[in-house]
Amino acid sequence: MASIPAELKYLESHEWARLEADGSVTVGISDHAQAALGDLVFVEVPEVGRSVDKGAATAVVESVKAASDIYSPVTGEVIAVNEALGSTPELVNQDPYGAGWLFKVKPADPGELDALLDADAYADVVKREG
Amino acid sequence: MPFIPHTENDVKEMLAVIGAPSIEALFDEIPAALRTRALTGLPEALSEMEVTQLMERRAARDGRPLTFVGAGAYEHHIPAAVWAIVTRGEFYSAYTPYQAEASQGTLQLLYEYQSMMASLTGMEVSNASLYDGASALAEACLMAVRAHRKSRSARILVPATLHPTYRQVAHTLTAGQRLSFDVLPYDPATGTTQRAALDAYAGEDITAVVIQQPNFFGLLEDVDALTDWARANGAMAIAVVNPLSLAILKPPGEWGAQGAGVDIVVGDGQPLGVPLSSGGPYFGFMTTRREHVRQMPGRLVGRTVDLQGKPGYTLTLQAREQHIRRSKATSNICTNQGLLVTAATIHMALLGAAGLARVAAASQARTRELVEALTAIDGVELVFDGPRFHEAVLRLDRPVAGVLQALAARGIVGGYDLSAHYPELGDTVLVCATETKTTEHIQAYAQALRAIMADAQPDAAASRDARSGSSAAK
Amino acid sequence: MSEPLIFEHSRPGRTAVVQHPSRAPSADVPQQFRRTRPPALPEVSELQAVRHYTRLSQLNFSIDTHFYPLGSCTMKYNPRACNQLAMLPEFLARHPLAPAELSQGFLACLYELQEMLKEVTGMRGVSLTPMAGAQGEFAGVAMIRAYHQARGDHERTEIIVPDAAHGTNPATATMCGCTVVEVESLPNGDIDLEALARMVGPRTAGIMLTNPSTLGVFERRIREVAGLVHAAGGLLYYDGANLNAILGKVRPGDMGFDVIHMNLHKTFSTPHGGGGPGSGAVGVGERLLPFMPVPLVGKEGDRYRWLDERDLPQTIGRLSAFMGNAGVLLRAYVYMRMLGRAGMQRVAEYATLNANYLLARLVQAGFEPAYPERRASHEFIITLKRQAREQDVTAMDFAKRLLDFGFHAPTTYFPLLVPECLLIEPTETETKETLDAFVDALVAIQREAEQDAAKVKGAPYTLPVRRLDDVRAAKQLDLAYVPGEH
Repeated sequence: MASIPAELKYLESHEWARLEADGSVTVGISDHAQAALGDLVFVEVPEVGRSVDKGAATAVVESVKAASDIYSPVTGEVIAVNEALGSTPELVNQDPYGAGWLFKVKPADPGELDALLDADAYADVVKREG
Repeated sequence: MPFIPHTENDVKEMLAVIGAPSIEALFDEIPAALRTRALTGLPEALSEMEVTQLMERRAARDGRPLTFVGAGAYEHHIPAAVWAIVTRGEFYSAYTPYQAEASQGTLQLLYEYQSMMASLTGMEVSNASLYDGASALAEACLMAVRAHRKSRSARILVPATLHPTYRQVAHTLTAGQRLSFDVLPYDPATGTTQRAALDAYAGEDITAVVIQQPNFFGLLEDVDALTDWARANGAMAIAVVNPLSLAILKPPGEWGAQGAGVDIVVGDGQPLGVPLSSGGPYFGFMTTRREHVRQMPGRLVGRTVDLQGKPGYTLTLQAREQHIRRSKATSNICTNQGLLVTAATIHMALLGAAGLARVAAASQARTRELVEALTAIDGVELVFDGPRFHEAVLRLDRPVAGVLQALAARGIVGGYDLSAHYPELGDTVLVCATETKTTEHIQAYAQALRAIMADAQPDAAASRDARSGSSAAK
Repeated sequence: MSEPLIFEHSRPGRTAVVQHPSRAPSADVPQQFRRTRPPALPEVSELQAVRHYTRLSQLNFSIDTHFYPLGSCTMKYNPRACNQLAMLPEFLARHPLAPAELSQGFLACLYELQEMLKEVTGMRGVSLTPMAGAQGEFAGVAMIRAYHQARGDHERTEIIVPDAAHGTNPATATMCGCTVVEVESLPNGDIDLEALARMVGPRTAGIMLTNPSTLGVFERRIREVAGLVHAAGGLLYYDGANLNAILGKVRPGDMGFDVIHMNLHKTFSTPHGGGGPGSGAVGVGERLLPFMPVPLVGKEGDRYRWLDERDLPQTIGRLSAFMGNAGVLLRAYVYMRMLGRAGMQRVAEYATLNANYLLARLVQAGFEPAYPERRASHEFIITLKRQAREQDVTAMDFAKRLLDFGFHAPTTYFPLLVPECLLIEPTETETKETLDAFVDALVAIQREAEQDAAKVKGAPYTLPVRRLDDVRAAKQLDLAYVPGEH
């Protein structure tokens, strides 16, 4: 069973989001998503400074057999990306909620996070997909 | 039944297993109103012998004229071993190597091909082929737009000395994506692109500059200066090259005064073991720098290991491709020109660097001999006198079309009429001789041309007719 | 069994010298243009090259050596006569720019091929120039766009594709500057017409369909689909990937399609060549005739000539430097002449017979069809989701194990809609005995899966390599041999 930390927010498209103490939002993909994709071989992160809209395709994760767009959960500006993924994309598989984070956004409206799924609601999404 | 092995008894047993009364019943989901009547517009079947006789008759009708035209497709000797191996069923009738374990022959060959092309062009990575040189250029332009992260213009500079059909094809294939092409004029004295033509664009947002070497007139462009201009002005450089010429010419990976090289190299691989065969199938090649590999279209083969650590080969970076990335793929290309790549790989292995250099040098020398023989005729002159590879532009004292028609009547394909694409050059023809042309062939051409040129000028109406009947691309 | 790289056979100074021109002056290249280091091509003898590439060929599966039931690829026998006659010396030596007066024999073949393809598809015009299916698709969508634009209808930029479509469909739409809208399939495999009705409108450029679909079933309500899309002002594109299923039975033109591409390397039996060349000839109805890609072959009296931009001023343009994959066209022409009128109709009949027989046998043996209530077309899907769940043996494992039994694997994991699927297309050229042996192999693998799943999951065992590490291939990219690095 995939792990779904209770303190995070989620998208139906399997991203997680965490509001940090400095007001930024860290984004990654869920444990369920990394398992479904299989071994990642490449992660394309956005340029720092890019403005993104909520729901905009912001990063791409690739396994051997699939490529998936990663959507930003909030509108804002990309302020940091996980450079380590350039040489070690497997961090996403090994530690999806920690060292495998993808990018950080400075949200224009932190309230947007409230509209995301909580852990229970996301667990239902995972269950529905079987 | 042609190519269908079923006996009556087979059909009976198979229908019984299916539980259908007849073969016809298997089409019961097709609405009756749509069902096709007899295909009366098709001829009755021919036996293999009959179709052989038909095709031999038609081939004989076209004959084997003496060919002195290049313009993007070149007659070279192909070692007998090349097509003897290419047409082995194991290469010829295999599919795309998606099942790697059952396709190691094709995959290893493609890896060898990629290695050869990377080295020949002086670049780091090669894909496993595109359709042809012209469509490869279109893909290179699209790739440059994707790979150039800073340029927003999707504006590409192309020299007027680029193969004119390549320019047309690039336009057709990119028309949906709002690329724009600016044509760089050539210097009428040298027939090459001068840096001054580029300087008109200094300071503007240019995505890429296309540089063809040798250019359509067969002349050598100052590729170092053009490449350096692209780099200095923040544009990517796309080289279009004849791969055979790279046996003797500086590879695009080393162009530029400091040898920094271009970003993308494309061209048509036909001179590497592929017969003229009326225009195809040929193959397009593309090589690039490692940093751009994820923006590259087409298949790529990588070397890896199996679960016991034994080396093996497989398609890789498939997430760029349409079967995975769908609407976000780098290109819609799926089937490429694998069998022609098979020929090119064997051809390059047999000739090696030394053999290819001899073919290139011999072709260059034969063209020099041809130019000398033809320009000795009254009314024929060489237009551009700079260094060239194996093609040259000649000016006649009369319209070219009528002359080419008269040569054709003598079994000679005498060149490519430039008047449609380059009217400013007047009555000019592009000629080519490869290593396949002997002194006797060249003398036969010269004699025929001398006889035609000695005649009174053909009247203008006849020459217009001839021109409209030619296959010249406009 | 393995074979070193050709570079590893190389020794400095060794050559296949008879392959070189004997008269070889030195090149006349000013220093600034000259190559200073030769390319790193191998230096081998002719025998070494012949033996090496012959050995490589022996590492492949192919139609000539193995049953190759790849769904949607139509791996039928490629008659040798087609190859031999397309490679007559005169055809091989013909320069693409040779004048029409020296090309009448060649042009006659192409002209007649255009006419025959018009007849079997029910279209009004055919252009042979696209070099593969994907380029034919490009030409088709580009023509649809050109048609709308010529009418001042600039808002029509949406292309509808079924969720089961081949990846080239959406990729092509994007390449043509269109946006892609997906329409879902119903559980029975037909398109969801209600969903389609909600989707079409003033932005609809067209819809791209295969019929039979990639799900291996005939789209029964095709006339209603055509009616909906046409009423909304859009056009219908037929992806000819599955034309083999209906040859001589129903024609795309009669179903209401405005433009189609044909894969001559599938339906008309030209060889796949280990990944090409193909040929993606396009056929059009009345409305798109002016926009066809050039060149075409025209006939005036008894003389053939090229038709170009001067004859079709509204053409979408040129797709290749010359006229596409001419040699492939000659092969298809010879094939069609040998089949003739009756043979063309037999193709669909026996392809469908073989598919339905194979499906019936597999169902009897306990395999689960994806669309049990539907008639198979020339191909069908079985799903191994039960095996994946119960034995943890996947479609990929079955596919790899089939290789050990001497059969090329069917298409796996396509279409994406059906979990753990095998898309199986036997074609009309296979015997009943071969189909029976294939069933026996799948049954044997099923038994293995139940008794010793690890054995199936470790396959293949008898091929030149075991399962390859494609994660490593993608992460530690090794795309070219560099001396000293291996």
